[in-house]
Amino acid sequence: MSVLDRLRRKAPADDIPALDDAMLRSDRFRLEREHEWKRLEAIVQSMERGRIGKLTDEDLLELPALYRTAASSLAIARETSLDAATLAYLEALVQRAWFQVYGPRSSLAAWLKRFFGGGWSAAVRSLWLDICITLAVMVAGTLVGWLLVARDSEWYFALVPADFQDARVPGAPREALLATLGSKPDAHGLSLFSSFLFSHNAQVAILSFALGFAFGIPSLMLVVQTMATMGAMLWLFHQAGLTTQFVAWLSIHGTTELFALLLAGASGLHIGRSMAFPGTRPVLAAAAESGRRAAQVMAGVVLMLVLAAMLEGYGRQLVGSTSSRFVIGGFMLSFWLAYFFAFRPRGEGDLP
Amino acid sequence: MTATVANTYRKRRERVLLTPEGLALPFTVAGRGARAGALMLDLMLIGFFEVAVTWVAFLAASGLFDIHQGNGYSPGFELAAVMWIAAMFLFRYGYFLYFELGPRGATPGKRASGIRIAARDGGRLHAEAVIARNLLRDIEIFMPLGYLVTAGSQGGLANWAAFGWFMVFALFIFFNKDRMRAGDIIAGTWVVEAPRRKLEDAMSLGEAARGRSLATGAEYRFGDEELSIYGEYELQTLEQVLRQSNQQALVQVAETICTKIGWQPGSGDERAFLEAFYAQLRAKLERDMRFGKRKADKYS
Repeated sequence: MSVLDRLRRKAPADDIPALDDAMLRSDRFRLEREHEWKRLEAIVQSMERGRIGKLTDEDLLELPALYRTAASSLAIARETSLDAATLAYLEALVQRAWFQVYGPRSSLAAWLKRFFGGGWSAAVRSLWLDICITLAVMVAGTLVGWLLVARDSEWYFALVPADFQDARVPGAPREALLATLGSKPDAHGLSLFSSFLFSHNAQVAILSFALGFAFGIPSLMLVVQTMATMGAMLWLFHQAGLTTQFVAWLSIHGTTELFALLLAGASGLHIGRSMAFPGTRPVLAAAAESGRRAAQVMAGVVLMLVLAAMLEGYGRQLVGSTSSRFVIGGFMLSFWLAYFFAFRPRGEGDLP
Repeated sequence: MTATVANTYRKRRERVLLTPEGLALPFTVAGRGARAGALMLDLMLIGFFEVAVTWVAFLAASGLFDIHQGNGYSPGFELAAVMWIAAMFLFRYGYFLYFELGPRGATPGKRASGIRIAARDGGRLHAEAVIARNLLRDIEIFMPLGYLVTAGSQGGLANWAAFGWFMVFALFIFFNKDRMRAGDIIAGTWVVEAPRRKLEDAMSLGEAARGRSLATGAEYRFGDEELSIYGEYELQTLEQVLRQSNQQALVQVAETICTKIGWQPGSGDERAFLEAFYAQLRAKLERDMRFGKRKADKYS
């Protein structure tokens, strides 16, 4: 504080002893202004150290003015002074001040609060068109999987990954299939299983977001592939007359997980679409703008996947009855729908 | 010669950014080496912290309850393991987010390399932008590594193809002049150098700057012809020599200048001579500058 106090007082020109000694006009220019630069430096330094509380209101109010003064000093010095050290100092100082004036307005905690209190829902709503497209693609993918396997059951082995092909193969007896849908007697080994599921699902979701970068096509392909697998399995259980049981088994975590996949695919598509059709903006500006919006959605998708993995690992194996599975799955689905589309707190919902 | 090469390399990374008030701010885009170094340092810090916490947590867990129960793991241990997996995952993201959202806009690794992130359009750096650029980090670093390991151990064309595809992301930084990685493009950010400098002393304050040597009483006055040999580059090199104040360098530079302008080099008063020459050369060059005449170096 003592440094700031000393710097706070404006030094009149005759207080600067060296001013008359300076031979060069550019040095006199510098000596007249350097106490303001040092004041700015002291303020910026405390902000950088996170000691914003130690600054007085007066300091904070003066920051933008001091920043502009230093910036105009820099502009003049660049045209009139050849003092390399002073120029470098001023450039660095103005940069640092700019970072503070235009730095992130919110800390991580403040951002999280805004995020859950409406920012996430608003971001999801702003992607409505991409969500509709991705939803249509997901339905189409499921149909494709179903129809392919219905025509030729050999397709099943191409669509469903090998680790699901234990008892779940075409022609398997009904009892064997029913057994795979059952719950296990205890929870041992399930928690590690659910964390494995999470990291696998998170990878798929982040992937379909990241691939949006290539104009969104790979995102949709990934979604189609995932949904075709599901369509094929749906057909398999339908053949055995287990449609209801299978849908219940899937819905307990699937409503959350497929919703997350939908949002991830839509985020990827959103970025891809804005890069393919940037309108009047430059492509990079369009990508940055849509990327910021999609990133909010994606941060939430990761959280949804954590929840889905917990439901899959614990809930599905511990809850055995078809009706209670439907209740849990249905509750999660209505919760997400309400949170994203009905939850609109006042004053929120404006996107960056 | 190497200095010139380094200089042109640096020049190529210089950018001017227009802030919302219309100020032109010069920035230097961070080099790839600095960024790689920063990333290594951050990953090492994260790794070190995670290993340390895991070790302590494991010791605590094995003290609190039995790890094995029957032929499986005990429920308490499993719960702890799940918490641990989630915590490590969140820590990796939280580390980058916390520090890059902070007032320095840099992780400890970036700070050590003297770089930080900034908004590419000169406007405010949004929290969403920081999150977007960090979400893509996984695809750029960890996925190619993962596929490299699987492709290396299992082979398979698909694995190599996936590896190749992810290398497009990993090597993105080499294919654009602003050294942006894919995350930077999505987020609208870039990484720039964040220099911190002290304000050095003004150069024309002493008696010597006026041309009078305090040690010998000699007067140094240079004519227009003698001062028009050198340009701004030489002036700023001389400034550096004077600020560093290495006696040997001072003698050498004074000799070179004397030979160039045709003076007889005296000895013992090099500093005063150079200060006088510097001040008068700068006065001349700055005067010309005000009339719109600039001389970059002695060749121009």
